[in-house]
Amino acid sequence: MKQAILLTLYCLLACSAFCQIDPDLLRRVPVKNDSFQLNMDAIYNRPFLQVGKLPVAVGGYVEGNYQYVSNNGVSEGHQFQMRRLTIFLSSSINKRIKFLTEIEFEDGTKEINIEFASVDIEFAPLLNLRGGIVMNPIGAFNQNHDGPKWEFVDRPISATQLLPATWSNVGFGLYGKKYTDNWVYAYEVYLTNGFDDRIIANPDNRTSLPASKENKDRFEESFNGSPLLTGKFAIRNRQIGELGLSYMGGVYNKFEEDGIVLDQKRRVDVLALDFNTSLPHTNTAINTEWAWIKVNIPDTYTQQFGRKQQGGFIDIVQPILKGKMFDWERATLNVAVRGEYADFNVGTFKQTGGNIYDHVYAIVPAISFRPTAQTVLRANYRYEWRRDVLGNPPTKTTGIQIGFSTYF
Amino acid sequence: MGKKHWYALLLIVSITGGIASCEKLMTKPPADDSVLDGPVEGLTPEQLTQFLKGDVAFNDEVFTSATGLGPLFVATSCGTCHARDGKGHPFTTLTRFGQTDSTGNKFLHAGGPQLQDRAIYTYQPEQIPAGATFSKFTPPANTGLGFLDNVTDASLMALADPEDVNGDGVSGRPNWIKIPDYLSERTNSIVNNGKYIGRFGKKAAAYDLFHQTVNAYNQDMGIASSYEAHDTYNGQEIDPEVSNQTVIDVVAYLKTLKAPIQRTSSDPAVVSGQKIFTSIGCGKCHTPELHTGYSSISALSDKTFFPYSDLLLHDMGPKLDDGYTEGSAHTNEWRTPPLWGLGLSRNSQGSNYFLMHDGRARSIEDAILLHGGEGQQSNNKFQQLSAPDKATLIKFLESL
Ligand code: HEC
Ligand code: HEC
Repeated sequence: MKQAILLTLYCLLACSAFCQIDPDLLRRVPVKNDSFQLNMDAIYNRPFLQVGKLPVAVGGYVEGNYQYVSNNGVSEGHQFQMRRLTIFLSSSINKRIKFLTEIEFEDGTKEINIEFASVDIEFAPLLNLRGGIVMNPIGAFNQNHDGPKWEFVDRPISATQLLPATWSNVGFGLYGKKYTDNWVYAYEVYLTNGFDDRIIANPDNRTSLPASKENKDRFEESFNGSPLLTGKFAIRNRQIGELGLSYMGGVYNKFEEDGIVLDQKRRVDVLALDFNTSLPHTNTAINTEWAWIKVNIPDTYTQQFGRKQQGGFIDIVQPILKGKMFDWERATLNVAVRGEYADFNVGTFKQTGGNIYDHVYAIVPAISFRPTAQTVLRANYRYEWRRDVLGNPPTKTTGIQIGFSTYF
Repeated sequence: MGKKHWYALLLIVSITGGIASCEKLMTKPPADDSVLDGPVEGLTPEQLTQFLKGDVAFNDEVFTSATGLGPLFVATSCGTCHARDGKGHPFTTLTRFGQTDSTGNKFLHAGGPQLQDRAIYTYQPEQIPAGATFSKFTPPANTGLGFLDNVTDASLMALADPEDVNGDGVSGRPNWIKIPDYLSERTNSIVNNGKYIGRFGKKAAAYDLFHQTVNAYNQDMGIASSYEAHDTYNGQEIDPEVSNQTVIDVVAYLKTLKAPIQRTSSDPAVVSGQKIFTSIGCGKCHTPELHTGYSSISALSDKTFFPYSDLLLHDMGPKLDDGYTEGSAHTNEWRTPPLWGLGLSRNSQGSNYFLMHDGRARSIEDAILLHGGEGQQSNNKFQQLSAPDKATLIKFLESL
């Protein structure tokens, strides 16, 4: 698998280096920035590069950073990290049949994932069929996570530690979109393979939806034969912004094997709300997401593992300079701040009735410079405080992160 | 746009540079005397390396069903119960049942002595069988254990006064226990009818840190080792789920955890609090000073240290008698817990106090007032103290 991916990439790169493509033939597919774009459009709405009239387009992004982070005064020192390199490849098989794949290398080649690989067939604007490896549309970040879009080096805690971004699975479903003068409505609904019992059996010692990402078999077989349903409804008003409501739910445990019933069916259910807007006069961009998770865990399992979780983030980005800078025609300088929170274990101890903590708060002020919309240089200061399950005095993490992310 | 962007760049560089160089914006390590974890001073690089390995196994290695957890268990890692190497919380409290006198546990067939009250899914946890008495044990702090381990049996015997020959109302005796074959005797071990002196655990029923660790893997997490190679679920012999090396590293870690460091020891209130402590007889059991014998770890060899414990059993009266016991201890007898680190208890007990063997005392004063039996006299003397003297005594105890 790893080899096949590497081979494909090699061919692509070799081709661009040796095939002597006339640069005039290379065409950037422009990114649409109109107020009709939704989070769900993000996967196709990327700065692809197309060769002449070939029906294939390629693109990708890369992100890397430097950081110096200290955890209660203990630091791992100066770290240079190549967080990810993502390559996308899309092709139009027909005007109304497209294919897109997204392959991600994380932390060097430690992790190679096919984040997306689907065929879309349009029957009507309100009825499109999508099948393959799809990104489950839970919240907004999972759908719209490209590094260059964000002013922050780290992905939001609630999106990656509560929700399992990036979370994709094999399956199929339908989506559609409808426009009126001022409104866009869209829906998506998919049935895919889903979670496994790593949710409650993992070395993080807490309920963790992301722990199920370790189960690479999910692209080949369902852990328990019961599908995960993910659905999202999004609505956008051209003046006000976009609001998304999404749900994901399914059974995570092995309740039956070889026809023998082992346990009751135990569900995981997730609800998420996301909203983004840009304030008219100040151009301030606001992007926020909140998620609630409920997991049916046996009473006889330890309360170390939360039955409920919740959390979210809000990003506020304010452009302060726009225009020609360092001979970049349309550069921007932004200040930004992220506030985030995640409670991994909502509930009270049976023994004492006291609150179960296991939560984290963080605030991340940032400055970013965008020479073009597709490239960002960003500097963050992170201040994070975490409390363990018992609510002991918090562990504080502070740090500087400086990084870049760009489409290519 | 002019030069604005250059100024902006300058601003950014100076802000980020400023943050990076500003110590205030980066977290600082906590003072050494405010935390319990960390190695004793004077370890060799080899010993420190082993300390770090043990630290990871103790604090970070979380067991799952895939790595052997359970199927019956109480918690998923050592660090879950012994957070920050400090005292635990009712959430991580263990229940033991089935033994009422020195003739042994009558409920071994029903899962005794320890209740595994949690289970991985598809299994049912244990319940206390009808007719069995039980006791709850809140996890103690794990600091300075290497020092306690290195006190000679002879020193402990010298502190004991089983018949209360000196007539002070306080006796103190060791818990004589049988030890499993996988343990090696400490040098100059005192043996009494084939039984040895236990010194760890609430009833002093564990011989040494190896004994305690092997049992903890097996009983607390359902992890079999080559030393205790049985499954707590069905008693059958199974393959080890933790390596001998890991057990050895964890024991080395426990041995070389530093002793808690007293804070504000020169504060006049603390100094007079200590005098009150001695004058009302607290020190008769909570022996301030002990001495280690020879150890191959030179940082622990021939050292004087201040645990405020005699590691012996004392009758603590009917209120603390749960009707359960271990080894040759009576049901009303408890090992004197070291008081060092007492003032830091809340940092690991979720910002509360849960003192005494089962965490029933919610303050230091509550704990003192629960002293009965041999401890009744000093409890009475405590109650006769003026309010400011009580406060001074507690100030001293919190400095530990
Ligand atoms: C379920 C919670 C729990 C887990 C898990 C646990 N412990 Fe403990 N630990 C306790 C309790 C409760 C006691 C007191 C037990 C007793 O009195 O016998 C204790 C006692 C100890 C002691 C004796 C300390 C003293 O002062 O007497 C040591 C050493 C220790 N544990 C080490 C470990 C190690 C090593 C592990 C992991 C292999 C571990 N514990 C796992 C709860 C736990
Ligand atoms: C007769 C011996 C004895 C005397 C005298 C005595 N103690 Fe104790 N102390 C104990 C024992 C044994 C325990 C543990 C009881 C239990 O766990 O239920 C204990 C527990 C405590 C605790 C709780 C520690 C913990 O970790 O939970 C404190 C605090 C304490 N004693 C302080 C004092 C003070 C102060 C005095 C003097 C007023 C005193 N003790 C006198 C034997 C004694």
